[in-house]
Amino acid sequence: MSGVNRPETTDSTLRWAVALLAALTLACVLVPMFSRHDPLAIGDVLSLRLLPPFSRDASGHLHLLGTDRFGRDLFVRMMLAGRISLAVGVVGSVLAAALGTFLGAIAAWRRGWLDRALMAIADAMLSVPRLVLLLVCAALWQPGLTTVVVVLVATGWMGVARMIRAEVLGVAAQPYVSAAVALGARSWRVLWQHALPNALGPAIVATTLGVGNAILLESGLSFLGLGIQPPRPSWGNMIAGGRDLIVTAPWVALAPGFALILTVLAATLIGDSLRDRLAGERGKLRRDIAERA
Amino acid sequence: MSATLLLRRIAAALLLLWLVVTLTFVLVRLAPGDPAAFLVSPGASAADAARTRAELGLDRSMPLQYARWLGATLRGDLGMSFATGQPVSRVLREAAPVSLLLGGTSLLLTFLVGVPLGMLQAAKRNRLTDRVLTVMTTSVYAAPSFWLALALVAVFTYGAATLGLPRALRLPAFGLHTPGVSLSGWAGVLDVARHAVLPVAILAAVGAAGIARYTRSSVADVLRLDFVRTARAKGVTSRRIFLRHVLANILAPLVVLFALSLPGLLAGSIFVESVFAWPGLGRATLNAILARDYPVVMGATVFYAIAVIFANLAAELALPLVDPRRESA
Repeated sequence: MSGVNRPETTDSTLRWAVALLAALTLACVLVPMFSRHDPLAIGDVLSLRLLPPFSRDASGHLHLLGTDRFGRDLFVRMMLAGRISLAVGVVGSVLAAALGTFLGAIAAWRRGWLDRALMAIADAMLSVPRLVLLLVCAALWQPGLTTVVVVLVATGWMGVARMIRAEVLGVAAQPYVSAAVALGARSWRVLWQHALPNALGPAIVATTLGVGNAILLESGLSFLGLGIQPPRPSWGNMIAGGRDLIVTAPWVALAPGFALILTVLAATLIGDSLRDRLAGERGKLRRDIAERA
Repeated sequence: MSATLLLRRIAAALLLLWLVVTLTFVLVRLAPGDPAAFLVSPGASAADAARTRAELGLDRSMPLQYARWLGATLRGDLGMSFATGQPVSRVLREAAPVSLLLGGTSLLLTFLVGVPLGMLQAAKRNRLTDRVLTVMTTSVYAAPSFWLALALVAVFTYGAATLGLPRALRLPAFGLHTPGVSLSGWAGVLDVARHAVLPVAILAAVGAAGIARYTRSSVADVLRLDFVRTARAKGVTSRRIFLRHVLANILAPLVVLFALSLPGLLAGSIFVESVFAWPGLGRATLNAILARDYPVVMGATVFYAIAVIFANLAAELALPLVDPRRESA
């Protein structure tokens, strides 16, 4: 049968997704640096506001995506917002995965009451929709950049913790771990040197897939006014800012969404691709072991 | 499944529910900020604020507040909304049918569209159809529901006339009914249906994209198994392999997915109800969170947790029915 042994997502998808994400990141870093439009300053509002995409203002400057209600260039603002959204997504997801790895490893290694308590808390937090948890936390504390990251980490560790726990438990049952213990390796050394490196693959996949999710959640919080606060732009609060202009100037709300979708799309495709490769390798490994046995 | 096992599962679910409720209580009460400050008039004195706090029971010690609240919750009394003075159970009961209409219709469409789409992708794996559909489903999956809502409103509500769309595609964007007219019978149903098209389409599209992604990889896993190769070697047609062998094997993951898709649906409804001004649970929860209306926030959280925990329990109990290999589990 054709296609049986072909990988799930072909390499070209991964290459395209990485290229797309790299291009977006580069644009977010460079465009606000070299643009002649200041994305935060408010100039001559009356002549500059709500210019449609691809139009030139009175002094002949091109506004690629038009301007917002204060006459600020949307494209440059969108790229500046991208810095914050990308940073929040990456930092939030990486820290959540790190916390999850730590708690999952501790739970699996210590077992006993600590394991039961941590997993019970994880299960409880997983039974409330993450958005509701996020909203409650974000609404109760002072909204802002730090709160968003803290809240993303506090509500994002459970999946990784469960997975790492399962992986470490699986690794702990392997003969080479008993061998290491028999040779006199200390408990934390076995965990750090043997158990964790073997459990890291799934954690990396979860982190990559988590970046897209974190960006989406940040934008949701900011859209509702509980995330990044204006005048600091994020994709979520830019969409919120254009919400009441949807009749007269739809591009103000819609343009930042395209940047957001492309970013999350790229991050998700990269995560999918890494997961499929990992699954392929594991499957191969398992087959090798089975054939040898 | 034995009766003891069933009882143990139910006990575990109730324990989990208690844990959720307790964590919510701790979380909400740990937060800085005083709900009484939102309720008294701006010019009120400190004594007035203290009186309001006493009326709400907020001046008692934390363990006592917890005990009182838990006891009342167990009796089904979720307290009074700080903001409106209505019983929380009534707020939830009035909002629930709206969300149920929105969520139920979307969930049904999600599976009716998502599963065949994922199966089609798996059948055409790595060919053009699959690649195009993968980019499409992943893009929808990557789009925030509030952005999709605004985009569809821009096209189908405000842009409809300019774009010359036929009358049937000019859709209302706000609320549940056309305001100011009371329609009865089929006209009323049609009116609600027209208002529901955009919100339901968004929730169903986002959900179906996720289900299709999942179905695609589940089906691809099944297609790799030996019995599929044997069936093909025997000359069984592709259609029969899909409808009989593959579908039977992905039924179990789909049941799990049904339970797993519930939190996403509830979360999506918060944005969709907020953009489309639907008086459902999502909007009620959001408004309560913004106004620090503790009893409503906690009542809604308990409601969400009950829905998620018991959907998981139901999925777990249904698994042996759709997959006899799991009888022992």
